[in-house]
Amino acid sequence: MKPPPFRYAAPRSVAEALALLAEYGPEAKVLAGGQSLVPLLNMRLVRPEVIVDINPIGRLAYIRRRGDRLLVGALTRQRDVEASALVARAVPLLAEAIRLVGHPQIRNRGTVGGSIAHADPAAELPAVLAALDGEVVVVGPAGTRVIGWEHFFTGYLTTAVGPDELVTEVRFPLPPPRSGSAFLEVARRHGDFALVGVAALVQREDGRIAAARLAFTGVGPGPLRAPEAEAFLAGREPTPEVLAEAGRLAAAPLEPPDDIHATSTYRKEVAAVLVRRALAAAWDRAAARRRAGRRPRDADG
Amino acid sequence: MGEGTVAPARVAPVRPRRVRPPAATATVTLTVNGRPVEATVEVRKTLADFLREDLGLTGTHLGCEHGVCGACTVLLDGAPVRSCLLFAVQAAGHTVTTVEALSTGETLHPLQEAFRRHHGLQCGFCTPGILMSAYALLRDHPHPTDAQVLETLGGHLCRCTGYQGIVDAVLAAAGTAAAGTVGAEPPTG
Repeated sequence: MKPPPFRYAAPRSVAEALALLAEYGPEAKVLAGGQSLVPLLNMRLVRPEVIVDINPIGRLAYIRRRGDRLLVGALTRQRDVEASALVARAVPLLAEAIRLVGHPQIRNRGTVGGSIAHADPAAELPAVLAALDGEVVVVGPAGTRVIGWEHFFTGYLTTAVGPDELVTEVRFPLPPPRSGSAFLEVARRHGDFALVGVAALVQREDGRIAAARLAFTGVGPGPLRAPEAEAFLAGREPTPEVLAEAGRLAAAPLEPPDDIHATSTYRKEVAAVLVRRALAAAWDRAAARRRAGRRPRDADG
Repeated sequence: MGEGTVAPARVAPVRPRRVRPPAATATVTLTVNGRPVEATVEVRKTLADFLREDLGLTGTHLGCEHGVCGACTVLLDGAPVRSCLLFAVQAAGHTVTTVEALSTGETLHPLQEAFRRHHGLQCGFCTPGILMSAYALLRDHPHPTDAQVLETLGGHLCRCTGYQGIVDAVLAAAGTAAAGTVGAEPPTG
């Protein structure tokens, strides 16, 4: 048998899950979609004593809009996010990025909360959360914490979630008005983890960029924003020279990893190019969205 | 760096109900290819190993055993998933459909027939998983676009065919009346 021996519990509520984590915390692993954890088990890279399978907690699977945020339950399957008209309308950046997560067969099981909690340095969803300045809801014995993305991702495959805590919800702020977004990545094959991925969000003000946000995946221990490039872009016209300079500024501070898939130098080069392309695509979509916005609002918009 | 914003507790600390303690074995009941199955399994046994070793359904193949190759793909409640990334205990109460459900006795399923006709397989190792993904695609999209076929096949590795024969087979099977139906699979909602 491939996985190492463990004991298994399947709580039916968040309270039950927390009770199990309180008892077995550091020795326990939470199992959601299993598309990252089970490979690690099968390769025996992790050997938890107890697996806490949260799949029976059906009430952790939901997608809803509340005010200016899209709330996604931790157990929501990635495939359901992909199919959601609400996601496509409210947070197009998430709808675009989710299709780059693995394959349909993986997304049928993989969850949004699992992808965020696993915090793979080359995963797409952490970069989406970073670009949107999103938050993660974590529940533990002391109550609920709402953690901003920049405090949530603490390093390579590590997060601020304590051993007795559970991620219950991921909150994606809706993009500002007159904005457009794009998620671009370069991977060896479609469905692979990205060598480099870039999320871009651009807000238009007439012919200028009012504000821009950029987030990388695959080039650091976790998702990374590009503050120098973002500051440079504010108030400028998106000429090819400006976008290229933004790419240079965004890539300059990066120290991407060297591995068998790509060298650090190559990743940096790709990062600069992807920033330029993602900004251009986001700008164009901001224009299209603005035109669409002039139409009468749809009933559930 | 701070610890993040601490919001008012929404979930009050709960004195938990008695939770069944974690166990190393479990008794599961599930439906496999239309038949009810009950078994006691080690909880670390993957669904793929359970299908092959406990139920003798060796049509489901295991390649990489970490979710990359797609050979072990089966349907869980109708959706294609990797059976190497799911524990048998997790399938309790659910419906599993394997490649054995496709053909009826000696009669090949229209998809299998199309694979034979279009050289959609050579060694056949990857074929069971591909058939299950393709079957689900044609059930949900009787006339898929080329892009939909390619996206579906993207989750499968085949080292013999170069894929073109597989793409041809799926597109040829699309639109044949029975391509999206399986005798043993109960209708899903």
